[in-house]
This record gives sequence, C-alpha cells and structure tokens, in this order.
Amino acid sequence: MGFLHYIVEPGLLSSAPVRTAVLVGTVVAVTSGVVGVLTVIRGQSFAGHSLADVATTGGAGAFLVGVSQFWGFLIAGIAGAALMELIGVQRRRGRDVATGVVLGAALGVAALFLYLGTQTSSTTGASFTILFGSMFVISPDTVPALIASGVLAVAVVAVLSRVLLLTALSPDLAAARGVRVRTVGVAYLVALAVAVSLSAVVIGAVLSTALLIGPAATALRVAKTPVRAMTVAALVGTAATWLGILLAYDSFYWPPAGRGWPVSFFVVAFVVLGYLLTYARPARRGRARPDPAAPAAPATENTGNEEAPACSPA
Amino acid sequence: MPVPSKTVLTGLANPGLAEPDLLRLEDIGVRLGGREILRDVSFTVRAGEFTGLIGPNGAGKTTLLKVILGLQAPSAGRVLLNGSPRPRRGNGRLIGYVPQKLSIDPDMPLRARDAVALGIDGNRLGLPLPSAARRDLVDEALRAVGADGYADERVGELSGGEQQRVMIAHAVISRPRLLLLDEPLANLDLRSEQGIVAVLARLAREQQIAVLISAHDMNPLMRETSTVVYVAAGRAAAGRTDEVIRTEVLTDLYGSRVDVLHVNGRVLVMAG
Repeated sequence: MGFLHYIVEPGLLSSAPVRTAVLVGTVVAVTSGVVGVLTVIRGQSFAGHSLADVATTGGAGAFLVGVSQFWGFLIAGIAGAALMELIGVQRRRGRDVATGVVLGAALGVAALFLYLGTQTSSTTGASFTILFGSMFVISPDTVPALIASGVLAVAVVAVLSRVLLLTALSPDLAAARGVRVRTVGVAYLVALAVAVSLSAVVIGAVLSTALLIGPAATALRVAKTPVRAMTVAALVGTAATWLGILLAYDSFYWPPAGRGWPVSFFVVAFVVLGYLLTYARPARRGRARPDPAAPAAPATENTGNEEAPACSPA
Repeated sequence: MPVPSKTVLTGLANPGLAEPDLLRLEDIGVRLGGREILRDVSFTVRAGEFTGLIGPNGAGKTTLLKVILGLQAPSAGRVLLNGSPRPRRGNGRLIGYVPQKLSIDPDMPLRARDAVALGIDGNRLGLPLPSAARRDLVDEALRAVGADGYADERVGELSGGEQQRVMIAHAVISRPRLLLLDEPLANLDLRSEQGIVAVLARLAREQQIAVLISAHDMNPLMRETSTVVYVAAGRAAAGRTDEVIRTEVLTDLYGSRVDVLHVNGRVLVMAG
C-alpha cells in the first residue's frame, strides 16, 4: 500500500474534478475510438485536422461571449464540415488550396478572439484551455451534453457502418447499390465534427485529432474486423486517458511544484506509446496456406518487407 | 455510313420472344464536358449469356458499364432492364457489379468474408445481426469462387486475382441475374486470369447469371464468350463473336483500316 501512494496520490478518487474528468474522458475516448477507425479507413485524417482548426475558432469565440467552449467547438465544427463539403466535392482541383485558405483564416480569427478574450477577462489560462484542453476544469453542467453528443456520434456511425464500409471498399460499387454516397459522407463529417469537439474539450483543439487518429491507427495494426478495431481503439484511448489523468494528478508535486503538468501531454504520450508498442510485438504470422496462383518467392518477400520497418522504431 | 455494324445490330433484335431481354441498350449516347464519348450504342444481353465488352483502353467501356449501372446518365437513348426502363437509383437485386479497382489499404480491417457479407446488405442502415444462415451463405459464396482458403485474411492484403474472386463472390451472393465486371483481368498473371474466367463461366452456367465482362484483350475470354460488344471510336458493334470480329466490321467501326488476324485460335486486331 505504501508503494501505491507513489503512483496514486491520496485523494485522487475523492476529488470531484477528477471524477468528472474520468467520466468525460472515457466517453470521449470511446467516441473517438469508434469514429476514428472509420476516419482512418476513409482516409479523412486531414478532414479531422481541418475540423479541429475550425473548432479552435469556435472555442475562442465561445470564450469571448462567455458560453461553454464545447458549444463553440461543436457549432464551428459542424459549420466547418458543411463548408468542407461545399469546397470538396464539387471541384476536386484547387480543393487543397481552398481548404488551406479557409483554415488559415479560421486560425487567424481564433488568434483575434483569444487576444480579445484575455484582454477583457484577464483569465490567462483560457487560451491554454482552448488550445490544449484541461480536463480538470470541465464544468459539471456540460457533462450531460458531452455524454449525449458522444452517444449521438457513435449512433450515427453504427447506423451508417455497413454503408460506410461499402463506400470505403468502392464508392462506385456503393453508388450502384443505391447508396447516396454524398449524403452519407456529410452525415459522417457531422459525426466527425462532434467527435473532434468532444476530443477538443478533453485534450484541446490543437491536439484533438491525436485522440481520434492515434488509437485508431493502433487498432488497425492489430485488429482484422471493423468491430474489433473499434473496440481496440476505444480501449487504447480509454487507457491513455485514465493513465493521463493519473499522472497529471500526480504531477502537481513534480517540478515546478504546485502547478501540475497538462493532462493532454500525458494522454498524447500514452497514445503514441500504444502505437509504438504495436511495432514491438512479434511480426504478423505469414499466410500459411497453399496458393497455387501465387509463386512462393514473392510471398516470402512480402513478409520480409513487412518485418523490416516493424523492427526499426521499437 | 456504318453499314455492316448496322446489319449486325438489327440481327440482334428479338421481337418474337415472349420473355424480354435481360438488358437492352437503345441508341445510347454519352457526352461528358461537351465531348462525345459514345453514340448510337445498342445491344442486348439475354439471360445466361456470356458477353465480352471489348475495346482499346479509353474507348468508353467503363462509361458504358456506368450507364448500365445508373452511375452515368446517358445524353441520348435508354437502358431497359427486363423490358422496363432502369430505375433512377440502385439496381434492386438484378445487377451484380465488380468494379475495376478497390480503393483500400492493406490495413483496412475487413476480412474477405466481411467484404462478401457486405454484398448481402451493405447498402442497408443499421447493424447486421450475426446468424448461422448468414455465415453459411458467405461460406458458400466464397467456395463458389474458390476463395474459401483466404476467407479470414484482410482484403487489402490479398493479391489482385484473389481480390477479384472475393469481389465476384460479393457481387453474386445476392443472386443477381446479370453480372457486370470492369476489366477484371487487367494486371493479372496468366494463371489467375484463367482461374477468374473459369469461375465466371461456371457461375454463368450453374446459376444462369448473364455475364458482361469488359476487357481490352478478348483472347482470354474467347472460349467462353458467345457474344461480343466491340467498342471503338465512340461507337459499338455487337453480335456473335464471329460476326463482329471481322476486318470489315471493325474497319467500319474504327473508321480506318483494321485487320483481324487469326493465329492458332487467337485473334489479333491490328489497327493503324
């Protein structure tokens, strides 16, 4: 028991902010895991980043007018999703440029809002909270809305799961089967905006995609089916969040004493650690089956290629 | 004046039969961005028929398949499925489709059996309930195309020929009456090529599925295809293989001198 005190500071679980952080952190990690797997499958990590940038502006604006930053993240995120849809699908050419200009503008406005906000309220920690999050200052009032949003995003993904997978396999095939590929894409972007906003509350707008993409990327390295991948991603995200909260609470006594290190740092560190661990495990088993169509030599060559990068970072 | 191909086309008309043609294209024209891609394309596919959609790269084979699938609206003409105009969206269960290329990474968490299961109801909302009947159906489809050996591998990690087999299983699991394949033999080695053609021929025979398969080289298909639609220079000639693959017909289609040579049972189309 004496040893445990080095890991778990006394009072961890009796602290109300910590309990709120654990509850919200878990909801956000599960939502991010489920939505994140499809984000990676659909190759939309960049869309997630863009939404996070736009959400920063919303969070800063919410701070300026004095409402919960979550609503700012959410409204800006959904508006950003709508804007991306308008820019993205109609003209493929120039999409990157247009997106880049919009994102630059969004962050510029965010800088202005944060400046104005700190001038009027003299709360210097606010910018940090919006950009890098702070789980220990989540207002208990917003907790029901956070949980409801997470449930909503997961429900959207669950309802659309088959259609999203079919579209990922081949958009033409999905369209030929009568799937409204574009409508489904918009619905998915909204779920992504919700997940990004939730993640922004926990680890900040700038880092929000770390919780979205990191656990999902880890899961895709170990899981073979969509449901298993989402489960692994949710578990990895939850573990990283819990460990992050634990260490952040501990770090109050670390140098410089009395401040506590940012939770986001620990969460992101554990997410990255989880991803690196997948490279340390034994290489995936070769496909032990007779294959009359493929000669043996290229098959072993492939396995070799898989192993080569797998060893280097570990 | 496309005289010979016109004759061939009229020869295909089929007024006396009570059962309507499974697929019928009437004077299809397609314009994309002001450019004419296809014009006056007419042909029919009857139940159980194995038809090659042949033509050089860029001739408009994929566009024609997209018109049949409802992914590309024609600027002229109409598509009839079982005698009635095709629905604006979706194909019911009448048409199975194997697209040219899958857009997936090796780490996509989707096993071959998951991809095939999406053929049952991948266009539906909600979560599927796992059931023994569902699993049996998927196993049976995988066996029918000889893909049961890698049912539990990720689709993205399979070879091109293996992916084609999985996607054929995906397409036929819902028991379509017409199977469209877009260049399924492209970039395959000879052995996988022959394997795919054998699988398709067996499906056509055993399940009475009409097959319309696009290819830039007709030779791997020669033994199975009874009819051919040859697309070149924006037009098409259709009919029995020996009627269409002739110097006069193809010369008229290309609009310039083309020679058809027969070498050891294989056909060489020499243009230019």
